[in-house]
Amino acid sequence: MVPLSYYLIVSAILFSLGAAGVFLRRNLITILLSIEIMLNAVNLTFVAFGRFAGDVDGQIIPFFVMTVAAAEAAVGLALIIALFRHRESLNPDTFTNLKW
Amino acid sequence: MPETLVFYLFSGLAIVASALVIGQRNPMYSVLLLVLSFAAIAGLFLQLDAPFLALALMIVYAGAIMVLFLFVVMLLNAPQEDALTWDRAHPLRHPVVTRFGTLLAVVLSVELAYALMRGNDLAQPVGSRAGGELVSSVRELGRVLFTDYMFAFEATSILILVAMVGAVILARREREPS
Repeated sequence: MVPLSYYLIVSAILFSLGAAGVFLRRNLITILLSIEIMLNAVNLTFVAFGRFAGDVDGQIIPFFVMTVAAAEAAVGLALIIALFRHRESLNPDTFTNLKW
Repeated sequence: MPETLVFYLFSGLAIVASALVIGQRNPMYSVLLLVLSFAAIAGLFLQLDAPFLALALMIVYAGAIMVLFLFVVMLLNAPQEDALTWDRAHPLRHPVVTRFGTLLAVVLSVELAYALMRGNDLAQPVGSRAGGELVSSVRELGRVLFTDYMFAFEATSILILVAMVGAVILARREREPS
């Protein structure tokens, strides 16, 4: 069987990729996608530990993570649409003013 | 060891697809690659005896949330970052020191690797302590979700309601003063 640490390593790599995406990309949609990658890496950790410990809690928490991700995607995309209407741009460097 | 092979297949697919997500210039491709990454993670969930979660991931995440992303990408009709910005901001075209974000990501990776090295019983197989019995029946999931996690479940429903109202208000077009 596959050791637990393999799953944790995969999850850590995915999380780092998502963090790198948030840090490096200059596109609001891609930044949101990177956040989704990070959330799923954490989901993988929860499920792996839940299987390791043999209880069902590790599979319950990803449900809540998914729900929060859905809410976050809805609000984030609405914000992106509102911002794009104002500035016709998706570059976060464009939105540095508090008021315009 | 077919199980190990399948694990390597799915995890490699997930990592490569996720790396391509942040390396793509066109957000449309990024979203589609992310769906591929989610499919690979769902495969990993299946291997971890969580079939219901794998299906929920595919249906809710890849089916609904990613379609929402695709919808917004098409709606905004701004699929590509312009070439000038891309050349300036592309992570591979700059040395590490000039991009603070790269430094932060590397530090995070090192930190995670260090935490993994320090673990004690991480090397044993993932199902060993569970004793071979499966806990992943949907009946058991539902019982725990609606008893032990009742409050979190109800709070989640309020969160969804707030997010829905917020999204509608935020994306609403400003009414012209007439």
